[in-house]
Amino acid sequence: MNDLMNRRDLLKLGGMGVAVFVSGTKVRAGGTRQKMNDSFYFVQLSDTHWGFNGPTINPDSQGTLKKAVAAVNALDDQPDFIVFTGDLTQTTDDPKIRRDRMAEFRDIVSQLKVKTVRFMAGEHDASLDRGEAYQEFFGDLHYTFDHKGVHFIVLDNVSDPMAAVGEKQLQWLRADLKQLNTDARIVVLTHRPLFDLAPDWDWATRDGAAVIEVLLQHQNVTVLYGHIHQEHHHMTGHIAHHAAKSLMWALPEPGSVPKKAQIPWNATEPYKGLGFRNVEARVRQARYEIEELSILKG
Amino acid sequence: MKQLVIFLIVATGGYQQQSVVRSTAHETRNNEQVIRISASTFEFNPREITVRKGVPVVLELTSQDRHHGFKLSAFELRVDIKPGAVEKVRFVPDKIGNFIFLCDVFCGDGHEEMSGTIKVVEQ
Repeated sequence: MNDLMNRRDLLKLGGMGVAVFVSGTKVRAGGTRQKMNDSFYFVQLSDTHWGFNGPTINPDSQGTLKKAVAAVNALDDQPDFIVFTGDLTQTTDDPKIRRDRMAEFRDIVSQLKVKTVRFMAGEHDASLDRGEAYQEFFGDLHYTFDHKGVHFIVLDNVSDPMAAVGEKQLQWLRADLKQLNTDARIVVLTHRPLFDLAPDWDWATRDGAAVIEVLLQHQNVTVLYGHIHQEHHHMTGHIAHHAAKSLMWALPEPGSVPKKAQIPWNATEPYKGLGFRNVEARVRQARYEIEELSILKG
Repeated sequence: MKQLVIFLIVATGGYQQQSVVRSTAHETRNNEQVIRISASTFEFNPREITVRKGVPVVLELTSQDRHHGFKLSAFELRVDIKPGAVEKVRFVPDKIGNFIFLCDVFCGDGHEEMSGTIKVVEQ
């Protein structure tokens, strides 16, 4: 099966999914997917909020994540790996319930065919206990990994309930970047936006400007994040930031309403605003092709 | 001593009743508007406050349970609020309007609902 056919299948699976290609400062929809020897793709899922219960927001709160897992497993061309960009679980004050939710989440995603899965925490997972339970289940809060010439950096801007990365992690980041050439291909995975998207909606990282300042020293940096429960694209200098949809509820566009609130479930358009994405990395060109998908077939 | 009327929204039963209760705050000899705000999961009390433009305001912030934050972007104010301490924030409201303040320290399941409004009116 050729790559174009694969793409068509993805769009069919994704229903109203829209392909978005990102290259430098230009963002455009449409186009074809050209797989090259130096390219690969991975899947990003985000904000699954396992444990959330709100029938008017998502009456299928127990089924949405499972449908997403099935949708990923149904992809003809399986990704090299899968990332979850935080808020795996819905927060709770009860440490036992928190761990129960994490265990349930882990069991569900263990059904993914692709076994290389990278996790990171959201504030719902890690802010109330500074990541203690999260680390028991999913490992380090910040780390790096490399894949086919791309250096991935997972940044933690949630285990501090004040939404900061912190000086210690910043020093770790500086030390990591120091080992790389300035033209290295770098993807930063994090939960909150690193720039001030909407600080009064908690859509910012307190010391995000310092992180961006460090990242700007490198020429090819892309940031993928979650938290805002919608697709969003933004540039800070030459760094592109792309937010992913949630798999539990959608949120309004930043600043579009006086007060941020979950968008109620629409029975005529179930799962609208929810979905996951494919990210295709063209390593030689340092380009990332993002394809938005919903969990419904059809 | 002048009295300043502020509004207090109380929670009753299992839901938020939007009834408005009058409360008072006093002004000091220095002609400051002193307002006490208590934070607890997941609300500020009071969460609707009226102050007068041009008159210095002192907010006395306390937490009843855990670490919270107080952020009032319109006047570039923020402070941590922790149990057992009173945090005082001073500012002079120099513009009229309704301005949202919120908790900016993640405090739990209702954190995103934890906000209030300061209304600045003419003297």
